[in-house]
Parts: sequence; structure tokens; C-alpha cells
Amino acid sequence: MKPSPRTLVLFAVLALLAAVPTLAAAFNQPFYLDLFRRIMIFAIAAASLNLILGYGGMVSFGHAAYLGIGAYAVGVLAHHGIHNGWLQWAVAIGGSALVALVIGAVSIRTSGIYFIMITLAFTQMLYYMGISIEEYGGDDGIRVAKLSQFEGLIDLANPTAFYYVVLALLAVVLLLVHRLVNSRFGMVIRAAKSNDARTRAIGFSPYPYRLAAFVIAGAICGLAGALLVNQTAYLTPEFMNWTRSGELMFMVILGGIGTTAGPLFGAAALLLLEDLLQGWSLLPKLVHNFWQFYLGIVLVLVVLFAKRGLAGLLRGSKDGADG
Amino acid sequence: MILIIEQILNGLQLGVMLFLMAAGLTLVFGIMNLVNLAHGALYMVGAYLATYFFQATGSFVLGVALALAGTLAVGILTELVALRTLYERDHLDQVLATFGLILIFNELIAMLWGRAAIYSALPEYLQGHLEIAAGLRYPLYRLLIIVVGLAVAAALWYVVVRTRLGMLIRAGASNRTMVAALGINIRLLYTVVFGFGAALAGLAGIMAGPIYAVQPGMGELVLIQVFVVIVVGGIGSIRGALAGALIVGLVDTLGRAFLKPFLATVTTPTAADAAGPALASMLIYLLMAVVLALRPEGLFASRG
Repeated sequence: MKPSPRTLVLFAVLALLAAVPTLAAAFNQPFYLDLFRRIMIFAIAAASLNLILGYGGMVSFGHAAYLGIGAYAVGVLAHHGIHNGWLQWAVAIGGSALVALVIGAVSIRTSGIYFIMITLAFTQMLYYMGISIEEYGGDDGIRVAKLSQFEGLIDLANPTAFYYVVLALLAVVLLLVHRLVNSRFGMVIRAAKSNDARTRAIGFSPYPYRLAAFVIAGAICGLAGALLVNQTAYLTPEFMNWTRSGELMFMVILGGIGTTAGPLFGAAALLLLEDLLQGWSLLPKLVHNFWQFYLGIVLVLVVLFAKRGLAGLLRGSKDGADG
Repeated sequence: MILIIEQILNGLQLGVMLFLMAAGLTLVFGIMNLVNLAHGALYMVGAYLATYFFQATGSFVLGVALALAGTLAVGILTELVALRTLYERDHLDQVLATFGLILIFNELIAMLWGRAAIYSALPEYLQGHLEIAAGLRYPLYRLLIIVVGLAVAAALWYVVVRTRLGMLIRAGASNRTMVAALGINIRLLYTVVFGFGAALAGLAGIMAGPIYAVQPGMGELVLIQVFVVIVVGGIGSIRGALAGALIVGLVDTLGRAFLKPFLATVTTPTAADAAGPALASMLIYLLMAVVLALRPEGLFASRG
């Protein structure tokens, strides 16, 4: 099978990402290593949201919850002196899957606007829970002094090693989501998105499939949360802030909803834009201070005029309308 | 006993404020099928304008009137410029675009008044307490909020059920194409309803100003509670919004006041200290989950 132009672009981008540590070292700009690692971590989170939002049509406005659960799993275990990375990450993934199972079981019974509001409200509930637990820093959060330990295998305190771990996980997650949506399971999810009644008519009950997708997405996002707290070395309820959920949705939309590479492009576009607005020296101070104002304008314009996102630009003009 | 009555009044006060927000949001959703996250921003605009105009004019009543008119104008302007194009879009687009609007509104407010909370005063004649019963002195201003809120609820009921505008609103909620086919200017109706909802959100913000912190982002905290109200009450129903708002207001207030002492009687005080506040802040969301599990359409699902 001949690879499509989009697949080629994705491989090229991944190859470029693999070269970032070398380039950052060559130009003595370690900042970019940090920035691109953050982009890739959010790309993993956005890819998990893309699975349910883009392919499953479930507009989850609470995806930051799993980012938070993953981060808290690592942070809380570290706080109690358990630094084993395998255990920490397993708890992060398992815990997020469990929370996603509970939230999903209640919210998938509803649809449309209810689903949006309920996923948001549940995430807000977890956010307030994080704020009110003083033991783990409450409002202020706590420092995670020691990163996840993988004895003898890899040291996350080494920025470059951590970078390649994230890159490898990103590639695995993108492949996994790609395989998943093109499997029989994925067909049912996509069918239920485009027509619920017909899916039932051909003998599939969408609920268990949707719930399974919701749980898988939660688990992947939990992994992203575990990576994120290692990236920041700081645990805070802000990981679960509702604006974070909004940002994740925007990454999915910006990159092109329901495409394999979309989340990566979207995460890169949004975080680079935020970074530029906050710190680019060519922009006046007024922009830096109120950068969210300009971000808001860009976001509104994207929704109104460029719905198909960045990946849409790569799509040939022939298959314009996606079904 | 006095403490309980006082907390019930506090719950009512929170409830009517939530109702003012929920009524506008639920109307806009019921009629235009629009998910408007920026509804909280109008609440914030109301609070800021009231504070500003009260300081500028020296008259509280004049300040409130100007703020109300100002919020109405901001709401209608937002509808005309941005939201109008969103009615035909799906919920995802609406959520994202209005999320962008929130950022814009919050930053505009921060540009004009700064990021720190501003002080919002009360005139002297509203600062006192009123002795409702022997030994129960309740702040006059909070009582005023309850009275105004209930009065607005009654007026709203009258408008929706007894007037021609209300008839159009109800008709628009059940079948907008048919309303348009009957020769009603549906665009105008949308703008009127949106302005209406904006003014109600503004009123809630105006009244909230002297009690809560007036700062950028204040609208979103309320907005999410209002979502819970709407989910509990049922989308598109004013009656549901009122019932949901009062339930959520009471549950939240009473939970924060009494959950910790109650837990202390069944478990150890240290456990109650740790779990009480966390559980109290989660209470309304748990309530929502229970309602959803029993009645996914909310307690007062609207027709159609």
C-alpha cells in the first residue's frame, strides 16, 4: 500500500522531533527541548481525547480530569516515598481508567449538551477535591522532588533521555489510536457517531463500545498526566482546571478532528502560539501581559472559519467534505 | 436552630442568584439551541459595571440601573457580532467559540481594571441587619437579594406564561421553523431572548458584587454551578431552573455548614476535618450524578 501524503508528513514530523535534542544541544538552547517535550506530552493527551471526540463524537469537556488523576497518582505516591516508576505509572493508568469508567458510566447514558455539562461538572468536582486536600498541597500544590525511578533502565532526570521516552510513547499512542479506530471496534464507535439508530439496527448496542473507548482514552490521558508531572516536577490541581480541558479540545480541533496526526499538530500549534504570545520579544509588552486575549481571538476565528484545522490543509482537495 | 435558619436563608440567597443565571442560560439553550459558556462573562461584566457606576455616580440605584443597561448592551452586541453565526453550528463549535469569548472577556476586564479583585461597596442604608425573629439578625442586603430574586422569578413566570412575547418564546422552544413560517421575525426574537438572558446574568453579577470577590474569571466559577442546576432541573425549563437552583443552593450551603460537624459525630474529629471540606465541595456534583442516574432528563424535563 502506498503511504498517503499525510502519513509521510507525520513520519517526517516524528523524524524532526527525534532530531530536536541534537539541534537544541548544537545551538545551546535547552529551552526548546523542554518546550517540545511538553508539546509531545500534550499531544498524547490530545490523541486520547481525539479517540472519543473525533472518532466517537463524544464531546468530553472534562478530559483534564485524567491528566490530573495521572499526575496525582505519581505525585501522591512520591509524597509517600514510593518512587518506583513502573508502579507509579501503572497506578496512573489504572486509576484514570477506573475514574473514566465511573464518569463514563454515568455520562454516556446522556448525550449532546448534557454530556458536555456533565463531563465538565465531574472534572470540576475532582478539581475541588484536589484543592481541598491539604495533605497534598491543596490550592498551592506540592513539589515532586524525585521523579519516577526506572532503576538501571532510564533516568528521567536526564532531559534528553526523558525526551526520547516521551517521543517513543507518543509514537506508540498515535499508532495505537490509529489501529484502534480502524479495527472492528473502531468501526462501531464511528458508526455510532454518524448514526446511532442504524448502528442499533445492524445489531450493535453502542453503549459498551462507547464506554470502552471512554475508558481507553482516560487511561492514555492518565499516562500523559504521569509524564506531565515528571515534566513540571510539581503537582497542582491546576492540571484539572476546566480551561485545560478546553485547551485539549482546541488542540484536537486545531490539528484536524478525527485524524491520526491531528493531535500532534494541534498541540504544537496551540502551545507554540501560547509561547509566542507570552514571550516573543518582537511583540509589544502589552501582548505579553494580556496574551490570552489574543489567543481567544485566534480560537474564535479558527472555530468560525477554519473548522478542518491544520490537518485539513494537508488533505487533498478531492476528498473535501468528510462524511 | 437559629444557625440552621440562617444557613437556610444563605442557601436561598445562593439559590436565587443561581436561578437568575440559569434562567437565561436555559432559555438561550431551549430556544436557540446554543451552548453559551460566555454566559458567566456577562455576570462578571454586570458586577464590574455596577461597581464602577456606583463609584462614579455615588448612587447605588443609579449604578445598578446603568450596569443593567450596560450588560444588556454588551450581551446584545456579543449576540450580533459572534454568537449569531453559531446557532446553526454543532455543540462542539459553540463550546469552543464561546470558550474563546471567555478568554477575550476576562482579559478585557483585566486590561481595564487589573487582575486583582476590586472592592465593591454597599450604600449605608443596605449595610445593616434585620431582626427576623428573636435572636436572629440577618444581613439586610442578603434578604434583599432573596426578595429581588423571587420577584424576578415571578415576573419571569408571568412573562413566559401570560404575554405574547412569552408565547413566542415557548413556541420558539418547541418548533422554531414553524414560528418562522408563521411570519415571526425569528432573528429579532433570538436577539431579544439573548438580551433578556444577558440582563438576568448581569443582575446576578450586580447583586453578587458586594458579597463575593469581583475579579476576572469570577463568572466561570458560577457558570459551572449553573450547569449543575440546569442538569438537575432539566434543560429548557424555567420551572426546572428554579427548582434546581434552590436545591443546589441549599445543598451546597448546608453541606458546607453542617457536613463537617455531622461527620465529627460519626467518625473521629481529625477524619471529619480532612474529609468534611472535600466532601462538601463535591456534594452538588454527587447530587447531579444521583439525579442523572435516576432521571437522565432532569427533574423537570421540558416538553420536546
